[in-house]
Formats: sequence, structure tokens, C-alpha cells
Amino acid sequence: MSTFDYAPAPESRAVVDIKPSYGLFINGEFVDGSGTSFKTINPATEEVLAEVAEASDADVDEAVKAARRAYTRVWSKMSGAERAKYLYRIARIIQERGRELAVLESIDNGKPIKESRDVDIPVVAAHFFYYAGWADKLEHSGYGSTPLGVAGQIIPWNFPLLMLAWKIAPALACGNTVVLKPAETTPLTALLFAEICQQADLPPGVVNIVTGAGETGRAIVSHPDVDKVAFTGSTEVGKAIARSVAGTDKKVTLELGGKAANIVFDDAPLDQAIEGIVNGIFFNQGHVCCAGSRLLVQESVADEVMERLKRRMATLRVGDPLDKNTDVGAINSAEQLAKIRELSQIGEDEGAERWSAPCDLPSNGYWFAPTVFTGVTQAHRIAREEIFGPVLSVLTFRTPSEAVEKANNTPFGLSAGVWTDKGSRILSMANRLRAGVVWANTFNKFDPTSPFGGYKESGYGREGGRHGLEGYLKTNEMGADS
Amino acid sequence: MSRIDVRKTYKLYINGQFPRSESGRSYVVNDAKGRLMANAAQASRKDARDAVVAARAAFGGWSGRTAYNRAQVVYRIAEVLEGRREQFEAELRASEGVSAAKARTYVDAAVDRLVWYAGWADKITQVTGNANPVAGPYFNLSTPEPSGVIAVVAPRGALLGLISVVAPAIITGNTVVVIASEQNPLTAITLGEVMATSDLPGGVVNVLTGSVAEIAPWLASHMDVNGLDLTGVTDADQARELEVAAADNLKRVRRPAPDTDWLLEPALDRMTRFMETKTVWHPIGV
Repeated sequence: MSTFDYAPAPESRAVVDIKPSYGLFINGEFVDGSGTSFKTINPATEEVLAEVAEASDADVDEAVKAARRAYTRVWSKMSGAERAKYLYRIARIIQERGRELAVLESIDNGKPIKESRDVDIPVVAAHFFYYAGWADKLEHSGYGSTPLGVAGQIIPWNFPLLMLAWKIAPALACGNTVVLKPAETTPLTALLFAEICQQADLPPGVVNIVTGAGETGRAIVSHPDVDKVAFTGSTEVGKAIARSVAGTDKKVTLELGGKAANIVFDDAPLDQAIEGIVNGIFFNQGHVCCAGSRLLVQESVADEVMERLKRRMATLRVGDPLDKNTDVGAINSAEQLAKIRELSQIGEDEGAERWSAPCDLPSNGYWFAPTVFTGVTQAHRIAREEIFGPVLSVLTFRTPSEAVEKANNTPFGLSAGVWTDKGSRILSMANRLRAGVVWANTFNKFDPTSPFGGYKESGYGREGGRHGLEGYLKTNEMGADS
Repeated sequence: MSRIDVRKTYKLYINGQFPRSESGRSYVVNDAKGRLMANAAQASRKDARDAVVAARAAFGGWSGRTAYNRAQVVYRIAEVLEGRREQFEAELRASEGVSAAKARTYVDAAVDRLVWYAGWADKITQVTGNANPVAGPYFNLSTPEPSGVIAVVAPRGALLGLISVVAPAIITGNTVVVIASEQNPLTAITLGEVMATSDLPGGVVNVLTGSVAEIAPWLASHMDVNGLDLTGVTDADQARELEVAAADNLKRVRRPAPDTDWLLEPALDRMTRFMETKTVWHPIGV
């Protein structure tokens, strides 16, 4: 078989201007902070991109104070219609500076430019645009229109600016002010967003960005003047947050891990299903909490699906995130790469059969070839634990009930996929799967209007859509209950 | 000579049956004037676990019923309660020491609350769910579903308080393990008799009597319980400890509200706190 050779098609880095060092964004200004600093690197090259301040407890306290002042004096007094106009401004500036944001995201995160350019950044702008429109219509939402106050928000590294948008847009639309901490490996687009807030003339203190790692996050969660905690990240940290806020009045939403089943029936349109499987687990290097990391394939088509899947995986282009032809970029950090390697080794040790797509990996940076495990049982750790990388575990089933039982046999419940041509079966499966998002004959679709969030240990609360307002409003003021 | 009356043995209500505590323990329950009313069963950790097993087993069937059917069953509880209202009024007067008028008010409100929640069964989905107009060729619908097995610490109001925390949980399809008011547990068991004769499937509501301090931690940390309602917890430290334990599997927690006026119309979040939103996508095409 002849193969196509691709000439490199790199997106220009000239559009971004990375400063040698960044401070904290508090009360509308960049300040030095009183803590130490850390380096953020390009995971595709291991090049140091910038030195970033690590917010101390005192810095977090300053940020919370700024947010409280802005809430009390400005933001909670402003009409929804006026708040909306700030959010619309932000949405527009994100569109205007979309290419810059996309390139910066790919450099700091390692994700392919075609994803940051075509998915992350457009959805970020759409998110602000969507929630801007809610700001003066909250009375129609079913959740009232009373904000909570100061929201402390902690986001992960897999979709840095998109997770920021999921957190900040509804918070501000509902009249809250925020202190947000981006992940320590991907702070740069959040800091560029701070500049965008300045360009939009957003009142000082409405948005505060504090960079740092776990300690900074803990300081936000435990700060007594924070009314709301929103976290996206690991189930382990989510549980620690739930323990930390116990006995307080803080409202919490948690969007945590997953181990989604992607279920392929024998009557599925296989060409589309193969694309859906690939998208489900290799999109964003598998750094996706709702990734379809467990493929459940009906026994009668298992061989054919595996053959087609491997053929398709062999065409995935792994490499330079800024190359427009790249399908799979760099693993976000050395730490994450070590975790993926460890769990993959455990998969082999426990008896599953490993196959990786043949591809040349760059010598610098953090890389992991798209990998699939067959012969996986429900007891295997690679079928139970979130790997958060480009690693797919394949199990088989015979009947719909067996598929449901295996799909639900996990403490998680974030998402699930179903591939079948039969409409009644789709609806029946959708009813029986215990997951917050069910993609039928599609996978990994996101939209600002569509609520996202999990069942069970995948967390609680929803982000996106009308439902996403609930986490940022006082919803219990009617009737007898408090 | 007056007739010697036949007194009732108060036991637990688990899986549609009325077993004694497996521990063989009981505790004295006095009336408002300090006179012996009865010995209530003192539930143990194992009773709590048995109740969770029953609630889990009942969940699939109960949540799988149509909303219309759940509405009829809960309405039926109201009907049977109305028919036995004199017994409940007498129990409330004895156990809580309230006046005849007050007892009547509570029973009225309890019956009416059941009717109110019965009506919600096939409306809450319409009020809390919606279609989502995504920017692409996809059908996209968000609907609420029950969270699963909910453990509840009931407030002191032996009838109205209990119904006000149990009815919203089950009407949406959850199943419940409820620890009755420690001080006034007997009415909860009598209410179990009403539920047992109202076509409510065994295991949908399980009632434990005994020490909240002893039983609640086992339910709060139980890995097969999905939600924890601390409404009846009065001690702040205890509430915090239970919420901490609940984090082990990220239970949905409702924090204490011991001073609630149960005569007021409740907010919807008694139902929505123990519901999940499921969003289903499907491409639109030919």
C-alpha cells in the first residue's frame, strides 16, 4: 500500500508574545505576589516558556478580598443587562484574538492546533456569548436571580481556556465575582484572558486569576469568605474538597473523573463507529474526563471492529502540536506520561494484549503512541481506573443487558457512548446507562447550551446550558426549606 | 372491669417486612408526660446495611416504573393515611404532647403533602428538563433521573417532618433508608404500616429506629448509598462528620435544617437535590 507523505505545515508562533515572567491578576492588575514562582514548559519540546508566580495564602486572601469588594460595590449592584454587555465584549475579544489564544494553548498544553483552533477556542467564545445572554434573563431560568457572592474556581490542564470559560461565564452572568486558579502546567491562556478582561474594561476585582499548584487551590477552597467552590479535576481531589467544605455553607460543584463505556452493537454503522471510537479516546491525547476509554464491542463484530480500528489508528499523525496535520499532540507533563506508562505496564502485567500504532515519536518532549488493549476483563485496572491518556481498553459483550451491566460497573458516571442503527435500542440504552452525558452515534460533542456533569463519583452539579446556572444562584429561597 | 387492650410491638420496617433489630436491642420511648409508650427497636449497623441492600434491590424496579404509576402509589399512601387519621392524631398527641387541634393540623398537612408530591411525579421532569439548541445537527435533550439510594436523618416532626423528607425522595424514583426521629420514633413505624398497605413495593422506604449517632455514620460512609439528607441532624459537629464521611463516594448531601417549618409549602430542591441530569445527544441526518 502506498502512503502519503505530509509536508510539515506548522502554524506560526509569531502571533503570540510570551513574557519571561507573569505575576498574579488581582483587582484588575498584574501584581508580583508574595510567594515563590514556578516554570511552565512546552510539553512538546520541554522548552521553558515562562516563570509564573505561585500564589501564597496571603495572595489568595488579597484576591478574595478584591473579589468581595467588587461583588459588594459593583458587580452585584449592576443590572443583568449591563453585566451581559461585559460578557459579550469578552466573547468578541476572544473571537478577535482567537488565533493567538489557539497557538498559545497548543504551545502550553501540547494539544494539536487543529483542536485548539477548531474546538477549544471557538467553544470558549460561544460559552461567553451564551451566558452573556442569560445575565438579564435569570428570572426565567427556574433558579431565581440571587447570586452567591465570591466563587473560588479551580480548573485542570486538559482544556485550559475552555474550562476557564465553563467556570467564569456562568459565574459572572449570575452576578458573582471569581477567583480562579488555572492548572500549574497550563497557566498561560488564563493569564492572557486576564489581559482580555482589561481590554474589555471589566471592573477590577470581578475576575482574579491566581496561579499555583495544590497549595494555592487549598487556600481558595478553605478561604472563609468564598461562597462557592467549583472544581474540575481528579476524583481524589474532588473528595478532598467535599471533605474540606463539610459543615460550611459553601455551595460546591465538582466535575471529576470518568471511565466511559463506548458501546458498539453489531448493527452499528461501523465506519462512523470507528471514527467515534478514535475521537472518543484519542481526541486531546485522551486527556478528557469523558473519554470513551472502555470500548464495549458486541462479540459478533469484535474482530472486524478491531481490524478496522487498528488500520485507522495507524493513520493517526502524532507529533508537533503546531503542525496543522497533527492528530495527536504531546502528553501534557512528565508526571502524566509516567502515570500513563505505569498503568499501561500494569495492563500488560495483568494479561491484556497491548498494541500501539506504529509511529515515530519526537525525541524531546512527552509522547505516547495511541494504544489499545484487547482481552481486557472488568477486573483489570486498565478497565477500572482513569488513565487520562491515549489508551483504549476493549471488552466484549453479547446482549444489551450485559452491555449495560458492564458499562455501569464503575464508580464513575460521567459519559457513555452507544452505536447502533436501531432507534428504540438507543433510547433504551440511554435510559439504562448511569451517566450524565450519553452520546448516541456520536461522541465527545460539547456545546454551551448542553449541560455536562456526572453521576456517582464523577461529581455533582452541571456546567453548561440552563442547568449550569443553578450552581451560581441561591436556589433555595422559596418555600419552607433552607 | 375494663378490657385489657392489646398493645403493639414496634419493630423496624425493612424490605416491606417488620423485623426486630438483629441486635435484639430495644429502647424505651416515653410519651410527652414521661410515661412509657413502648419499647422501640434499636437498630444496629447490620440493620442499616440490610436496609441499604433492600433499598438498592428496590431501586431498579421503582425508578423504572412510569411516573404516573409512582404518583398513584404515593397518592394511595395519602388515601390510607387519611383513613387512619385518628390513630395518627392520637399518637401525635401522646408522643409530642400537642393539642387535638394541632395534631389534626399535622395530619391534614401530612396527607396534603403526600398528595402534593404525588402530583409532582410526572411534572418534575417537565419543569427541570429541557431541550438544548446546540450549534450543530444534533438532537439534544436533558432530563432528570433519580440519584439512587438516599439515606435520610428525619427531623423531629414524627409524621409531617418524616413525610416531608421521604416523599420528595421517592416520588422521583429514589429509594430511601430513613432514621426516624430518635425521640419520637413510633409514629414512623406506624407510618410504615400505611406504606406497607399502599402498594409501595418493599424496600422503597425502609425505616430504622434507634440512635442517630450510632447508625448515621454507617449510612454516611456506605459505598452503595448515593445521597445523604441530614435535615434532622441538630448537632453541628455531628453534621460535619457525617458530611465528611459522605465524601468517600461523593454522596449528594443535603445539610441540616432542623428548624424548618414543615407547614409551609416546600421548595423544589427537596426533589432536585437527589436527582441527576442526563443529557442525550444524537445526530440529525438522513
